[in-house]
Amino acid sequence: MRQEEREPVLKIENMSIVFTQYDRGMHQTELPVIRNLDVEVYAGEMVAVVGSSGSGKSLLAHGVMGVLPYNASMGGRITYCREELTGKRMEKIRGKEIVMVPQSTAFLNPLMKIGPQIRKGRKDEESRKKLRDIFRRYELKEEVEKLYPFELSGGMNRRILISTAMIEKPKLVIADEPTPGLDLKVAKRAMEHFRELADMGAGVLVITHDLELALEVADRIVVFYAGTTIEEASVQDFEKEETLRHPYTKALWRAMPKHGFQYIPGTQPYVKNLPKGCPFAPRCSQCTGECSKEIPYRTVREGKVRCIYAE
Amino acid sequence: MNRRWYIFILKNLIRIVLLTVCISIVTFALMKASPIDPLQANVGQAALGSMSQEQKEKLEEYWGVNTPPVQQYLSWAGDFVRGDMGTSLLYRQPVTKVIAVKLSNSLMLLAIAWILSGILGFALGVISGMNRGRLADKLIKGYCLIISSTPAFWLALLLLMIFSVWLHIFPIGLSVPIGVEASGVTLADRIYHAVLPALTLSITGVSNIALHTREKMIDIMESDYVLFARMRGEKGWRLFRYYGFRNVLLPAVTLQFASISEIFGGSVLVEQVFSYPGLGQAAVAAGLGSDLPLLMAITIVSALIVFGGNLTANILYGLIDPRIRRGGAEK
Repeated sequence: MRQEEREPVLKIENMSIVFTQYDRGMHQTELPVIRNLDVEVYAGEMVAVVGSSGSGKSLLAHGVMGVLPYNASMGGRITYCREELTGKRMEKIRGKEIVMVPQSTAFLNPLMKIGPQIRKGRKDEESRKKLRDIFRRYELKEEVEKLYPFELSGGMNRRILISTAMIEKPKLVIADEPTPGLDLKVAKRAMEHFRELADMGAGVLVITHDLELALEVADRIVVFYAGTTIEEASVQDFEKEETLRHPYTKALWRAMPKHGFQYIPGTQPYVKNLPKGCPFAPRCSQCTGECSKEIPYRTVREGKVRCIYAE
Repeated sequence: MNRRWYIFILKNLIRIVLLTVCISIVTFALMKASPIDPLQANVGQAALGSMSQEQKEKLEEYWGVNTPPVQQYLSWAGDFVRGDMGTSLLYRQPVTKVIAVKLSNSLMLLAIAWILSGILGFALGVISGMNRGRLADKLIKGYCLIISSTPAFWLALLLLMIFSVWLHIFPIGLSVPIGVEASGVTLADRIYHAVLPALTLSITGVSNIALHTREKMIDIMESDYVLFARMRGEKGWRLFRYYGFRNVLLPAVTLQFASISEIFGGSVLVEQVFSYPGLGQAAVAAGLGSDLPLLMAITIVSALIVFGGNLTANILYGLIDPRIRRGGAEK
């Protein structure tokens, strides 16, 4: 397996993100939005972090990029190409080696034309040519360079956003929810663009709520529940329920339309009232008293799982 | 495109007319409701006591004391529509002439204060917003809050005391030197006399513009597109120039033109303190002296200038913002 041969491009260990908030006057509370997050991305590989909305997925991207809001603090360790990714190092490579592709064109400057915006104002012939090549690749007309973001059609948006990543030479691409509100065909095409980036040698981390779509293009799936990574599995593991490890992942599998659309009662707990130990415990049929203790993230059948009963 | 402009012009013409009508009615009603007796205010109690009944009646007729308000308003409105703003009762000159003189005096003052407070306010607001929470922001914010809670006339008195009374750097009042013929007054003289009042207006105007610009700048710095720009490695001057400045410029334009009204309003008090013979002082004199034609005309002229400012902002918006310029042209 290539995981053993090579070092990962990005390795996130035990990441936690805590928000400090004021509620009721001067009383400060801490919201642990993310705890125990572990992800690894290798070069040429596409990893999908899958979780339902409100699980803190987008913050993962902001945390790695070092652009968390001022009232958030991050713990854990991020390693990029063998070295620890400190804030200082990130400043240097942000937007060059590590790029992020946002959710929508609301992330583009409304008063800057598309061309200069993708080129970040660079005017040299090389970056102009590069952009023309990218546009040709994505079947965008050259005139699009002169449009403002509000003039883009829905179909162009995705391609414009991914162009901002293509114009750099990224070793790591983080895509935050790249398919919101898109119809299946367009969404699939958008995901394929990211697959192409991975095939060109970059490590791609896609953050999404769409498990089915992720299964079609990604190599590995990391399942995210209430701010915690609870399982890491290869795409092949999702062919059968038995090859999956965590009860929540299995529940997700059963909830897929082709596997019977079954759902389990209850909702993902809010960060303020997380149970001790396993966050899924209140909804789990296998739950015992042991589940309220610290649950280790362990390797089971070449994948990883945060459940003491998985085997 | 052409049709859009016709509609735009027509709409604004209707607005101007409505505004003028409403303002004139309100001003007139307020004047009539004011407890000031024009005879007592302008002739004085002592002089009034020594006058014969006949003289008093003549004066009452001059000041329009016994004419029914509605008839008075209508006759004023009739003249106004024909372009005759009447004769000032205090200055005994055509109102147009009085306003022309006073406005030209005030204009330099207002223009200096407007430009100075606009540029300074914008710069301070941007610096403050870009450095939110840091020392520069705290200093600027503190300064603005102190200044905006300071009454303009009080600040004017303070500056007058420091620079004119104690330091003797600037004149104590008026717009031209005393004892010099009108033909002998140079531009330098006029500027010299305008410095303190203009400074007062600028200082008070700055805080408002700076605080508003700061808020806008903070909104922009917290926007998704600045977040994404930061993720793409943009920072410092480039982040400001391409992302901050372009986006804050639009609200700044609106703010700048909307501030005309505040500068105008502030000038009334400040001119009073500096005995500066401008439009603001004339407004106070007309109000206290029951000079109805003059006050009506000053109010309307001021309203039109403020309206013109807002209209300019609207038009500029359409020219600057591609979403309005291009978005409108397509449809």
